[in-house]
Amino acid sequence: MPKLKLGLYWAASCGGCEIAIVELREKILDLDAAAEILFWPVAMDYKYHDVEAMPDQHIDVCLFNGAIRNSENEHVAHLLRKKSKVFVAFGSCAHTGGIPGLANMYSRQSIFERAYFDEPSVINVDKVLPQTSYAMPEGQVNIPRMYNTVKTLAQIEDVDYFVPGCPPQPPQIWNVVEAILSGKLPPKGSVVGANDKTVCDECKHTRQEKRIKKFYRPHEIIPDSNACLFDQGILCAGPATRGGCGALCTKVDLPCRGCYGAPPHVVDQGAALLSAAASVADASTEEEAARIIGEIVDPVGTFYRFGLPASLLHRTRIEPR
Amino acid sequence: MSENHFEPRIVGFLCNWCTYTAADTAGVNRMKMPPNVDIIRVMCSGRIDPEFVLKAFALGADGVIVSGCHPPGDCHYSNGNFKTFRRMPLLETVLAQYGIEKERFHWGWISGAEANKWTQLVHDFTEQVRTLGPLDWQHELASKED
Repeated sequence: MPKLKLGLYWAASCGGCEIAIVELREKILDLDAAAEILFWPVAMDYKYHDVEAMPDQHIDVCLFNGAIRNSENEHVAHLLRKKSKVFVAFGSCAHTGGIPGLANMYSRQSIFERAYFDEPSVINVDKVLPQTSYAMPEGQVNIPRMYNTVKTLAQIEDVDYFVPGCPPQPPQIWNVVEAILSGKLPPKGSVVGANDKTVCDECKHTRQEKRIKKFYRPHEIIPDSNACLFDQGILCAGPATRGGCGALCTKVDLPCRGCYGAPPHVVDQGAALLSAAASVADASTEEEAARIIGEIVDPVGTFYRFGLPASLLHRTRIEPR
Repeated sequence: MSENHFEPRIVGFLCNWCTYTAADTAGVNRMKMPPNVDIIRVMCSGRIDPEFVLKAFALGADGVIVSGCHPPGDCHYSNGNFKTFRRMPLLETVLAQYGIEKERFHWGWISGAEANKWTQLVHDFTEQVRTLGPLDWQHELASKED
């Protein structure tokens, strides 16, 4: 049997998804036995022109991690889609935008001003900003253009499968690899390497009726290890997040951050979490409700921590009138 | 319709037992009001998922109204409106972070007997949104990318 031809790529991401693949540990030898890696910029020295030289659909499976932040990300996404039979959005950033997606609360201009002018460690007297094209004595130099809005992979390309997680958990990655090798793949568009229930379903903490008088941020409270963190007033994304990670964060008494994305049948993860958080406030008057709810800091950043680009509104308005 | 003429498109999520009844009464009594509010009847204002409001804005609404029974005692299901007054202030904060003006979103209470209050709200809110101009979220997203 010929080896499975595998391609891996990172766009706007941190490299954690590649670490997760290395975290397969000794199973990585099984992966190597079953698959031939044709393209993996993080680990191996291949260039874009090597991919361009491949015939179409030459790669059997491409695991694409990272959000679409600039023109290079988008270019390579289109290229790899053309060269791959199965194209997988791998990890939170490719799936829902991930942490880079929080930049959708700002515009490109305000990000540039912050990074190149206002940072305390930056001295930029001439107010130089990156240019996409610059004439040097040796010739024209071009760099990718940064977009105003971070996009998910599926917003710019046709994606076959989604593997959620920041990063996807190694046992789940192995399940996906096995499914690919055995040819037992679910219908196109499915989320694989995750469960159909929420994180609460896998969580060790005991739930009771929620009556929250005060919301705490994780550093403001030492939680009880047996009781539900949400019951204790810690904003936990568990009820609005797809399971499959094994409730890793709540296992160590940290609230779920929501990296596996919305559970099935939920369109907007942030709205679901907003609804869950607000409706358990123990308030019987409007004033009391406003006081308890008012303690939640940065609701968009909290509720959409991993999914702002995939949300209904995608981003904040660039110039509010 | 000329290009410069703007008619606000407003979505109103009204609870069956109070505000929808008020809107119905206003209609039956032929009370005059602008035709800009598209009413979606829900059984309880506590059924209004914040997702509904976000989706309305995402799909082109210029303004959204959420209205139910007066708390504490008017709710047909005894405390559905409690859910509303816990969720809506948080949704207001979220909308503000998204850059949607607070004048585009109204939530409150109108009982079945307050048809006048409903027509007044429709008048005032329509004019308020008209002053702000179109929101046109999809166009807003597309036009800012180059």
